[in-house]
Amino acid sequence: MMSRQEMLDMYFTEARAKLVDVAAFLDRVDRAEGRADFRLAAFMRAVEELGRSDGSRAERVLLCLSDPTVDPIPAATTKAACGAWAGNP
Amino acid sequence: MRYIEPHAHMVSRVTDDYRAMTAAGCLAICEPAFWAGFDRGSSAGFHDYFRQLTEHEPRRAAKFGVPHYCWLCINPKEAEDLALARDVIALIPRFLDRPNVLGIGEIGLNKNSRNELRVLELQVDLAARHDQLILVHTPHLEDKLKGTRLILDVLRNDSRIRPDRCIIDHVEEHTVKGVLDVGFWAGLTLYPNSKCTPARAVDIVERFGPERLWMNSACDWGESIPMAVPYAALEMRQRGHSDDEVDRMIYQNPLRFLGQCPKFVLPSSRRT
Repeated sequence: MMSRQEMLDMYFTEARAKLVDVAAFLDRVDRAEGRADFRLAAFMRAVEELGRSDGSRAERVLLCLSDPTVDPIPAATTKAACGAWAGNP
Repeated sequence: MRYIEPHAHMVSRVTDDYRAMTAAGCLAICEPAFWAGFDRGSSAGFHDYFRQLTEHEPRRAAKFGVPHYCWLCINPKEAEDLALARDVIALIPRFLDRPNVLGIGEIGLNKNSRNELRVLELQVDLAARHDQLILVHTPHLEDKLKGTRLILDVLRNDSRIRPDRCIIDHVEEHTVKGVLDVGFWAGLTLYPNSKCTPARAVDIVERFGPERLWMNSACDWGESIPMAVPYAALEMRQRGHSDDEVDRMIYQNPLRFLGQCPKFVLPSSRRT
């Protein structure tokens, strides 16, 4: 498998671009008028997971954005997913 | 390079995609039944769709020398209407003996509703009664974790269902372990903005091993990349995986799962 140096050589520039995109997205949301919804709060909780280094950042980010409940909902009122759970964590 | 595309919605793709995929080494294409982007108004619409999957699309693929297989079901996105779902499920047995039908799929959940769950149970029962392979769609984004758990409960609660004859598709980092740990196959879907990128899919292969995993493009009418499987193969090579390891992931593994259906046969001259 590749060394850490080789991984950086292969993926750093791409990850850097995505990181700047995230920063620009947050700035864009800040500049916009009105109130944010649950998605931004979930997003910021997920961002905090990036600072932890137990090898499961991707999993924990996905968990921050997931519906943790276990019971089926009474009926589907939409077909679409929005990317974050609207309930309280 | 040789590969099998185990999940592609070719009815939504142009002929150029067949050309590109077969030129890249695709030896078989498998197409689960899915949502058309709008709700069909009656079971007659599904009857025509099943004819398209079993009659027309194989002829289209044959022009490029590639066998086309399919899976039949009513997709969870259309499962809220129980009466329609029952009518469609009643149609399916008359198509199961057709030569390119591999099993029941892609069944599963979308928003994790009670009716979706009921329709999933009905289609699992259909598969069990007809001894069919099962291909399962797991929900999108925030609904995936819960939906995957509910789906595993349904499958594991039916003693007729063998995990090694079911593939749970669209797994990600937070669902793959739960699927593999209880003996099911897991599918890594390569999408540009949701599900897995090629880099993340290869991460998962490296972390969990290649056993009972496959990769697919799930290309359809939305943002998706028909060449995603060969692109993921390129990612594996760039990461230092050998030709044998790549071949196992994109050819041997799907062949091992799909080969459980005796109808899944590749052209003999292209299998080695």
